[in-house]
Amino acid sequence: MCLAVPGKIIEIYEKQGLTMAKVDFSGVTREACIEHVPEAQIGDYAIIHVGFAISLLSEEEAQKSIDLLREILEAGEKPEDENIT
Amino acid sequence: MKYLAEYRDAELVHSTIAKIKETVSQPWTLMEICGGQTHSIIKNGLDQLLPDEIELVHGPGCPVCVTPLELIDKALAIASQPDVIFTSYGDMLRVPGSQADLFSIRAQGGDVRVVYSPLDALKIAQENPNKEVVFFAIGFETTAPANVMSILQAEQLKVSNYSILVSHVRVPPAIETILGSPNNRVQGFLAAGHVCAVMGYWEYLPIAKKYQIPISVTGFEPLDIVQGILDTVESLEAGESPVKNSYIRAVTEQGNKAAQQSINRVFESCDRKWRGIGLIPNSGWRLNSAYADFDAEQRFNVQAIEAEESPLCISGLVLQGIKKPAECEAFGNLCTPENPLGATMVSDEGACAAYYRYRNQPAENARDIK
Amino acid sequence: MTKELPSLEGPVCALPKSHKDRIVIGHGSGGKMTADLIRDIFYPPLSNPALLAGNDAGVVQLADGSMLAISTDAHVVSPLFFPGGDIGKLAICGTVNDVAMVGAKPLYLTASFILEEGLELSILESVVQSMKSSAEEAGVEIISGDTKVVAHGEADGLYISTTGVGELNPGLKIGGAEAKPGDLVIISGTIGEHGIAVLEARGELGFESNLESDTAPLNHLVAAMLTASKNIHVLRDPTRGGVATALNEISRQSGVGIILEEDSLPILPAVAAACEMLGFDPLYIANEGKLLAIVSQEDVENVLAVMRKTRYGENAAVIGVVEGSPQGRVLLKTVLGSTRIVDVLAGEMLPRIC
Repeated sequence: MCLAVPGKIIEIYEKQGLTMAKVDFSGVTREACIEHVPEAQIGDYAIIHVGFAISLLSEEEAQKSIDLLREILEAGEKPEDENIT
Repeated sequence: MKYLAEYRDAELVHSTIAKIKETVSQPWTLMEICGGQTHSIIKNGLDQLLPDEIELVHGPGCPVCVTPLELIDKALAIASQPDVIFTSYGDMLRVPGSQADLFSIRAQGGDVRVVYSPLDALKIAQENPNKEVVFFAIGFETTAPANVMSILQAEQLKVSNYSILVSHVRVPPAIETILGSPNNRVQGFLAAGHVCAVMGYWEYLPIAKKYQIPISVTGFEPLDIVQGILDTVESLEAGESPVKNSYIRAVTEQGNKAAQQSINRVFESCDRKWRGIGLIPNSGWRLNSAYADFDAEQRFNVQAIEAEESPLCISGLVLQGIKKPAECEAFGNLCTPENPLGATMVSDEGACAAYYRYRNQPAENARDIK
Repeated sequence: MTKELPSLEGPVCALPKSHKDRIVIGHGSGGKMTADLIRDIFYPPLSNPALLAGNDAGVVQLADGSMLAISTDAHVVSPLFFPGGDIGKLAICGTVNDVAMVGAKPLYLTASFILEEGLELSILESVVQSMKSSAEEAGVEIISGDTKVVAHGEADGLYISTTGVGELNPGLKIGGAEAKPGDLVIISGTIGEHGIAVLEARGELGFESNLESDTAPLNHLVAAMLTASKNIHVLRDPTRGGVATALNEISRQSGVGIILEEDSLPILPAVAAACEMLGFDPLYIANEGKLLAIVSQEDVENVLAVMRKTRYGENAAVIGVVEGSPQGRVLLKTVLGSTRIVDVLAGEMLPRIC
């Protein structure tokens, strides 16, 4: 259910009435339907599953969480994650 | 690859595991409900690296594994008909039905084709107007937006020779069934990150509250998985049962509204039989009445097909985390990836296949591998 | 809900029967199904020591003491032309390489063509030109051939079958059963390009890249390696079924364990990306211009140095080690330090959604 991979949107166009994008995965490109991420722009990263973008990848959140982990690695403290009850 | 490689960093993974070791003070049993996560855990040997107190059991997270036998038989019946092009995701081709599988239908002359995306199946229908093209629409919530979009497009473009055979299941009812079972040993859940990317995680809040079980929305790379485990263990040690989002870069509480809207236009909730588990009420989706014309079961009149499971296959017990693959008497001898008795052995995501491929020994403890 | 587990009173077969009666696509994957087919259908009536040795070429000794290596291969690739090569180049290189993998010097090839009615002559000419270039590069001659024509709809345009003959130095003992604990495993370059390039050329999965098939004749590379060491124990080209399948065969033939280091595997980013997208493992993807060499530890540096100065060996690297156990198994040490089994491919590799 879950094989979805992040790729960079490098082109956006219409095809048979659907908004499509050319997505680059480190040197491999494929067409994907981005109807479900209407806010997507060229340069954004999207998570692609069976030729469809299921969400955009928040680069900010991605960078934040990696930076945080790195800091913790260096300092040796426990992380706090987003937490909802 | 960007946004994958960073989450495979050995240092960060080990540092997170060290934190799990510091945090844990008693045994905990966690379940992950996603074939992709099962695959990642076993492929990366994460269970070998975790402290002994953490037991990971693998839930019914593989849509291939839980597709009921009679639906496979229906697929085979449709694929065997002349002038039908039967299209499917690759995962389904080796899953055995009662007598055969899609590969053997192909060997007998059926036109069976693997597609990467449902839009490719629709294209085949447009290019072959004299044939009926059927797409095997399996999946959890992650795949639903793609499957329904092919129907919306078929309607829009007036492609009348396209239909889908639906086998969609949803995670929250499965979690409730597992938690509600008297045999349940699961104390914390790792929710499927990409399912939640589509659906959000608001559905899990009442479940966590009702059963007092912490749930962490978890991704798929090694760092994501150990992060999800850490978040869950921290909750367990604190005696709390929140829903945490451990996959922030891809998931929000509300999920992808546009995708949910497409799903709601085309699908409606229904009872679904989960192979090896049984009927779970309101646990699946089917085409609603507005789109009933695109239902392959009706178009090909295969609703009446029923099937009996192999008595040897315990995939149901495996899927509920009650048994490990190695505890099955048929594991590794009568039942192997080339000759699977049940779907958990066929699909690369099935727990049995993953154990067979990456561990193989009917060993009591997978950590016996050096 | 679920049934109680019944006692096992005897084999109860709920298996699909057709795989036992008919050939399915999985039989051609180079993995376990192929091996079982060979073992069950071909070996029993045809058995002899050279065949049963199970190496890339059959090796025999003639009455005058000289040693010959002979290998045969059929090429059914679709499409006929793909980035980096075509069926003709594949045919010549495939057989040249099989002969070279037992340490023999390939000399002569035969080629038989099955032509589909309707095939354009210009395509055939192009393929034959390609075979000429590859044969020249390898330094072999095609000395005999055959053509047949089959009806439209059969043969995917063109099938080519080649047989190669080479001479072998009687002093050499190179084969799948020769790996010894302590040996190191070398790959001559990056893995997975051929399989992905052909899949891309078929167009069914819709992805694009700059990847090219690595199809290449490796006999000169092998000759150079043989000058650097007398302790090359195994050579094998990891074609269909990939590195994983080739090493599994060797580990079984030699009765040894092979431990790979995930960190050391040379993989191009585009191959890795395509595999991520489709759910493939690069270890199982076909290569047509790479070889695995299992070499005594003390000679590895010399062999690598020579390879890296030779065409097609520039990116040679050590990827693993041979150990006494577990016998017949290939393991992989992940970048995280854990270990998993690398099994043989079961049947055909399929893109997955899970």
